[in-house]
Amino acid sequence: MSRELLGTLTWLAPLPPLLSFAVIALFTNRYRMVSAAIAVGSMLTSCLLSFIVFFNAVGIGNLGEDPIRGVPYSFIPTAGSTFNIGVAVDPLGATFMFMVPLACTLIFIYSTSYMAKDPLFTRFFAFLSLFGGSMMGLVVSDNLLSLFVFWELMGFCSYSLIGFFYRKPSAYKAAVKAFMTTRVGDMLLLLGIVYLYSMTGTLNFFDILHNQEVLTHLAEAPAVLGLGISAAGLIAILIFGGTVGKSAQFPLHVWLPDAMEGPTPVSAMIHAATMVSAGIFLLLRFFPLLQVGGRDTPAFMIVGLIGAITAFLGATIAVAQYDIKRVLAFSTISQLGFMVAAIGIGAYGAAVFHLLSHAFFKALLFLGSGSVIHGVEHGHEHVAHSEHEAHGNEHGHGDADVHGHDAPATPAFDPQDMRNMGGLRKRMPITFYTFLAGGLALAGFPFITAGFWSKDEILADAFHGLSTGSTISTIVFIVLAFSALLTAFYTARQISMTFLGEARTEAAAHATESAPAMTYPLIVLAFFAIFFGFTNVPKDFPILGALFGPAAGWLKGFVGTQLVEVEKFKEEAFGFNVIPLLTSLVVALGGLGLGWMVYGQKPLKAGQTDPVEKMGGLFTFLHNRWYFDELYRAIFIKPLQAIADNYSRIVDKGVIDWLLEGGYKVGVGIARALKEFDRVVITGGSDLIGNTVRSIGREGRELQSGQVQGYLLQALIAAVVLMLFFLVVAQ
Amino acid sequence: MDFIQSNILTLLVIAPVLGMVLVLLAPAEQTRLIKWGSIVFSLIPIALAIIIWAGYNQAQAGFQFEQRSPWFPQINSSYHVGVDGISIPLIVLGAFLTPLSMLMSLNIQKGVKAYFALFFLLEAAVVGCFISLDLILFFVFFEASLVPMFFLINQWGGLNKKYASFKFILYTMAASLGMLLAIQVVGVASKSFDLLYLFSAQGRPFTGTNQVNLLVQDPSVWRGIAFFAFSLAFALKLPIWPFHTWLPDAHTEAPTGGSMMLAGILLKLGGYGFIRLVIPLFPDAAAQFAPVLAVLAFISIVLGAFAAWGQTDFKKLVAYSSINHMGFVAIGVASAALAYTKAVQPIDANLAASGAVFQMVTHGLSSAAMFALVGVVYERAHTRDLTKYGGLWAIMPKYGAILIFCSMGSLGLPGLAGFVSEFMVTRGSWSAFTLLTVLSMAGLLVTGIYILKALQKVLHGPLGEEWHHHPLTDISIPEIVAVAPLMIAMLVLGIFPSLVLNLINVGVVRLFQ
Repeated sequence: MSRELLGTLTWLAPLPPLLSFAVIALFTNRYRMVSAAIAVGSMLTSCLLSFIVFFNAVGIGNLGEDPIRGVPYSFIPTAGSTFNIGVAVDPLGATFMFMVPLACTLIFIYSTSYMAKDPLFTRFFAFLSLFGGSMMGLVVSDNLLSLFVFWELMGFCSYSLIGFFYRKPSAYKAAVKAFMTTRVGDMLLLLGIVYLYSMTGTLNFFDILHNQEVLTHLAEAPAVLGLGISAAGLIAILIFGGTVGKSAQFPLHVWLPDAMEGPTPVSAMIHAATMVSAGIFLLLRFFPLLQVGGRDTPAFMIVGLIGAITAFLGATIAVAQYDIKRVLAFSTISQLGFMVAAIGIGAYGAAVFHLLSHAFFKALLFLGSGSVIHGVEHGHEHVAHSEHEAHGNEHGHGDADVHGHDAPATPAFDPQDMRNMGGLRKRMPITFYTFLAGGLALAGFPFITAGFWSKDEILADAFHGLSTGSTISTIVFIVLAFSALLTAFYTARQISMTFLGEARTEAAAHATESAPAMTYPLIVLAFFAIFFGFTNVPKDFPILGALFGPAAGWLKGFVGTQLVEVEKFKEEAFGFNVIPLLTSLVVALGGLGLGWMVYGQKPLKAGQTDPVEKMGGLFTFLHNRWYFDELYRAIFIKPLQAIADNYSRIVDKGVIDWLLEGGYKVGVGIARALKEFDRVVITGGSDLIGNTVRSIGREGRELQSGQVQGYLLQALIAAVVLMLFFLVVAQ
Repeated sequence: MDFIQSNILTLLVIAPVLGMVLVLLAPAEQTRLIKWGSIVFSLIPIALAIIIWAGYNQAQAGFQFEQRSPWFPQINSSYHVGVDGISIPLIVLGAFLTPLSMLMSLNIQKGVKAYFALFFLLEAAVVGCFISLDLILFFVFFEASLVPMFFLINQWGGLNKKYASFKFILYTMAASLGMLLAIQVVGVASKSFDLLYLFSAQGRPFTGTNQVNLLVQDPSVWRGIAFFAFSLAFALKLPIWPFHTWLPDAHTEAPTGGSMMLAGILLKLGGYGFIRLVIPLFPDAAAQFAPVLAVLAFISIVLGAFAAWGQTDFKKLVAYSSINHMGFVAIGVASAALAYTKAVQPIDANLAASGAVFQMVTHGLSSAAMFALVGVVYERAHTRDLTKYGGLWAIMPKYGAILIFCSMGSLGLPGLAGFVSEFMVTRGSWSAFTLLTVLSMAGLLVTGIYILKALQKVLHGPLGEEWHHHPLTDISIPEIVAVAPLMIAMLVLGIFPSLVLNLINVGVVRLFQ
């Protein structure tokens, strides 16, 4: 297929879902089936277009140097030149054009069943379409500005969808929190964009990132404001600020766990296909900017450290959560930390690999948890029905397919609490086996899951850095290994509590397997959660490497071609080392084994306390997420709110208007005095003033102390004073 | 047709005046006729504005559709009008906002005749400002625009209308008195009020032989006085902190249509004045004081946002948001002013100035839409207290969707026009005022907070107690028609900003030659 045609297809790929949003919002919002068909159909079309581009792109040898490009259009005229917006597909973009539309399509199909009875079904699909379309737009953007446009549109979509149950305070609070927390990062990103644009005169990725000259210039120029690092470093850090917000990295990670207030398919969108992946995608895009300064630069160190902290933070918190989705939310934070840490040590290929494999298994886990919640709600519904035949279902959960539009009046049964589950393996077998596949991938179960290969790749790169004496690599290796252990442990805990043993509630005992529209996407995702890892088995891996022959290490080779050669940053080919492999095996199997010992062998009984609670204070600390929310509330939100609440009263009314009104009163006073002078000294003069007053009208008299001549006089005096002031000052 | 072509700018001012006369001649009891007749009639200025836009030759740049005839030959002041890339977008904006504001005024009961007549007068005055190429003429229109606004607030305003209207008119008039003096000084210096002459090398006031030696030894004193007098008038109009306190009162008390015009187009006279008059007439002084303006602009951005966040009155919140947004116009102006000292690259100055002009357009769209939407809910609920609403999305779904869209436009969501202008200003100001630009981001952050706060208080949460018994109807067709063009413009200009920016760019490029 010709390049031009591929470029056109790339332009077209994001359009169907974007149009679907408009069509549903404007025309078909009353017709549920039509809207769902439009949404799914549009995403499917986008998926097909993307696949055509992807499979063609894979075959292009020099895609890294010469990406597929669509014809740009003029966005902003700037004096003699123009700022253009276009689309392009390079290897990194191509891999995303495979993962994103595929995951989105599956989530869309799943949603038709999951949201089936929701009264705002069409609104949901409208936003979902916009969400998917925006992510597609972001992926194909050839410049940072349009990327930012779609980036923010996604922020808006996540705001709308997290707050989808808008009547529920917890939902709209979570929505605002998500929007504002990510906006902090977005403002840094915007500054990075502006700075980059100032330095280079363009925002086109290929003009900046594939251009040795520009990169060198950025690396050699000192940063503004005397910060002591290179411009490239500062720009990279500012752009990374965007990633920190969007991909929920410490210290802006707090929004992501609350984001599960939205319907579950939204969580799958946010945690896998769109939002958080976009953050990492951006950082990967700007990897050359990090790379150009060489290894272990301040920018690299910051990225690596933030990633390591986040990986650790998320993993520890996930251990002490009961909500099935909350565990997954913190595991996302932790896994994103893995990717960021990988980028921080320069492991570009490993980060791409882990991002893609994580997208598949995390989408699977979230959709699986949705299926579980759906099943348990059905069970609860079933029980409630048989118990209160006559009572009816007036509370929000009355209809099991309507997920939480209103806050329950009383603390009702929580279908997301894993303590209310147990034994679902038998009730929901497809959900169980697919969830198991996803869970094992997350835990990094050796050889047969994608998660193992991608995580192992990161550890191998970190170990290599460690052996060459890099501090950041050492930190990353140790922290990630420990976090991976925790990951395997909490995954075993989650699977055991949810699916193994006996049902701990009536609802769980009566849970039913979900409809095919929900289970089929799970099966497809489970396939990728397992087999995707084989796209990137290391070449020199014992036995398997040879088995895959030339296909070994394909993904890394494919995406690696788009990086420019940098003298200070040598991608040394390093051989196979057994230590990181052993580490991977030990942490994955060790964590799973530990989890199995605590939760799998003797599953929790109804009413039994979770063993992790035995940690006491540590459990409380972790369960409350290290108290970040409380901390932020105390040091940021409260003081700022206080400024906002008092500013206009104290400054605008209290100071500025006080001065103005004071000046006015002085004017009136002088006017009165003059009038008095008039009346007494020049008798006839008062008539003149009286006439003036009358001619200006009755309104003037009604005003406050009310003499218009006072105002005019004041104005005149002000002008005279001003003039005198400048005469005196200037001389 | 030829007659229209050659007199089109004059017709653009005369048309609304004619509209006013027709309204005054109409029988007072025929309120429906007056209202709809006015709306239909105000399509004529739109048509004329579009003809001007389409007919402007971008390749040729400069002022076009010029017309000049003697007016005050004794003082060398003439009736001189013309438009360029900077004024046309604002003229089109003003022409569009008039019928939309009128549509939002259909519920006016009292003094319908006077109300609509004043609206036409307002349109004529505002358009007059943008086409004037003579300082005296400009001043006449500038002052004339205050009168209808004063009466609109004073007669059709809210509870505190007297205080707000007098504060508005006295404050603005006090500032423009200074400008009148400054205009005299410029006239004395250059012996002309014609802007094209004043912009030219031999006509520029306070340069070469164009000096005033009255009362002082050092002629630069008069230059300083004139510069500050102009700046003060426009700073107050824009408004820039700390000259802004008239705005929340005036906006809040004005009737919905009046607020739309006030925020949508009248404030733009401030930014326009800076770009059209202050920078070209006093380039050195403007460059010298640009940092002061930039600091005040930054304060406006941040404190305007905080003040908006702190409001519980929906309309006041939107009013304060104008201060926040217009701060970007001011910081763009400040960065552009530096261009004459060569302290910034030409492209930066160009982006800053184009961004400032475009920000005026986009803010005109979003603020007018927001005031219209505040009006919609106030009309039904009879309260502007944010704490009294709640959950209205459930009973007003269309209104909810439209409010979210327009709020996002106001917030500067990329994809909508406001983002493009804010981005351009930020980019243009980066090299000139790096630290202030960085700190201004804090203001953008708080912009997000107050917008989301408003959305949350109005739409989200459980339905407010009162509305169970007092159901509110969804937004009506005329109201949708009033807001929809603004929404379409926000979207189209967000995706294809060059539709307007090409024109603005032509004007701005010439400004810096």
